[in-house]
Amino acid sequence: MGNNRLFETATLTSSGRPVFLPNEVECQLLSNVDLEAEEESSSLFSLQSGLLILTTHRLLWFSSSSSSSAAPPVSASIPLASITHIFSPKKSIKSIFTSHRIRFQVTATDSRSVVIKVVVRGKVDWDGFLGNVWDCWRGRAWESFDTSERPCASGGLYGTDGSVRMVGVAGILRKEQEMWETTDKSLQDAFQDLNALMSKAKEMVMLAEKMRQKLLSGSSTQTSSTNEDEIGSKEEMHDWLLSVGIVSPVTKESVGALYHQQLLRQLADFVRNPLERAGGMINLIDIYCLFNRARGTELISPDDLMQACSLWQKFDVPVMLRKFDSGVMVIQNKSHSDEEIFNRIRAVVKKSEALRAGISASDAAITIGIAPAMAKEYLLSAESKGLLCRDISPDGFRFYINLFPNIDSLDVYLEMRASSKKWPLMVEQKWWRGGGQS
Amino acid sequence: MQKLGDYKLPQFFNYPPYFTLQPVRDTREKQVQLWKEMIVDYCRTQKIFVIGLEDDFPLFSNPVIQRFLSHEAREVFLSALVSDGRAEWLDKGHRKCLILWHRIQDWAEIVLQFVKDNGLEDSVMTVEEIRSGIESRGTELHGVDRTILMRALKLLENKGKLAIFKGTSADDEGVKFSV
Repeated sequence: MGNNRLFETATLTSSGRPVFLPNEVECQLLSNVDLEAEEESSSLFSLQSGLLILTTHRLLWFSSSSSSSAAPPVSASIPLASITHIFSPKKSIKSIFTSHRIRFQVTATDSRSVVIKVVVRGKVDWDGFLGNVWDCWRGRAWESFDTSERPCASGGLYGTDGSVRMVGVAGILRKEQEMWETTDKSLQDAFQDLNALMSKAKEMVMLAEKMRQKLLSGSSTQTSSTNEDEIGSKEEMHDWLLSVGIVSPVTKESVGALYHQQLLRQLADFVRNPLERAGGMINLIDIYCLFNRARGTELISPDDLMQACSLWQKFDVPVMLRKFDSGVMVIQNKSHSDEEIFNRIRAVVKKSEALRAGISASDAAITIGIAPAMAKEYLLSAESKGLLCRDISPDGFRFYINLFPNIDSLDVYLEMRASSKKWPLMVEQKWWRGGGQS
Repeated sequence: MQKLGDYKLPQFFNYPPYFTLQPVRDTREKQVQLWKEMIVDYCRTQKIFVIGLEDDFPLFSNPVIQRFLSHEAREVFLSALVSDGRAEWLDKGHRKCLILWHRIQDWAEIVLQFVKDNGLEDSVMTVEEIRSGIESRGTELHGVDRTILMRALKLLENKGKLAIFKGTSADDEGVKFSV
């Protein structure tokens, strides 16, 4: 087996998805992959049967552990920048029957030059994968990241690399001109073919944002002249902007049979923010809308969502799917506890107003701070625990604190007076002096 | 409240959930128990023997809190009484219910006591006299439901304490005691 000391480990999110570098886009995911390192025909280490993720920046390998196992997960992160050579696979009769393999020459973290062999078992679009590997390696996406970090030179007409610096009005004009030229070229390149468009996607997004800003500022200044063309193109722009979403959507193509597995991890990551905003529990339908909205393209079907959420219990993710008796399905944090909400409910129904008139689901939602649909579920749940009981009348569906256990049958008589609405308050005095029965 | 006369209503009669059939098992059990006791108690003090489900039975609604029992709820509570042996359905459609705030055996005991108290051990009396005659005044037998009385008498007949026979008119039976 051997330990991986040659390469850094890759970090994972709490749901088991890899943490990507800025601008890093996932290209393909393969399962059942071995990673072996050789140095001068002697094996240095060998990682068996894991997940391989090819991105624009790195090759990531993870040991596949679907459930939380005792052994810590092993991982390896090989920057594409460290690949010095890709060996073309030898095509022979033998290669048709054995598993697919590819070898690279890589510079490891300790500056040694080792040969990495990737062995993929099972059915896979090998040519497609090879193509992606070459594209990503040649694309050198990590370099454009570096250039944006380069600090600007200052002083003098000529910059440090010998190009003419932009100064004065002429400079500004020249800069504008250059910018338009690059934009124009970029647009042309982008729309040449779809592959190029995909790789330029990020640039396109930024371009679209800039245009949107321009359109918005333009419309506010030109109040009188609004011709139809402008409105039309504005709407087009809006539509197009809506269709740009998550940078690396997990799609059926890039992941193959592991679609649901990776989807469920990505979903678990995505869900965390909305969950927090919604107070710890969110309707499945709401997540369906939010997730697809964020994706923009490559929408997932309701079935896929259900499948992904149902699989959560088999994997080590911090969220879970929960079904209420009424059939309503929600997503909540595993750490979420109902007790806290029940305590809040208990406090609310003991208030004098609630003793007299009970609470409805919308009252609860407001005073307890949860969504109205969830409030009804919680009230029903509290009822089934014996904390509340229901009152159905033309006034609606309301809940009162459950006093039935406290009633000592007919021994407690009271002569009724005209204003017998005082009863609940007397109850309060009789039964809650000294602070509370649950 | 005037309809309920001098009957002292229990506190929880003004608790709105009391009038909604509770779905949770434990809560429901308690609710049913309270209703059973209240119905029996009320009928005993008011000498009510029959409750019609569709009638305006005063216990089934509380105008003060504007709540009333649904038909389903009424049937549930009365059926519970029937299961306890404290009531009987008079028809298959469960529209009328005979309330036995004394069980039939108890009524039989009351009849026997009545006979002993009035020295009627070997006498003859009509059924009507038993329930509305001078002797019955001040006793529980006064105004008792005829069906109930007949059942009690039949029970005693089986024990050999009396014999029932048809009287001169069609609907007036007589009883010969042999206590």
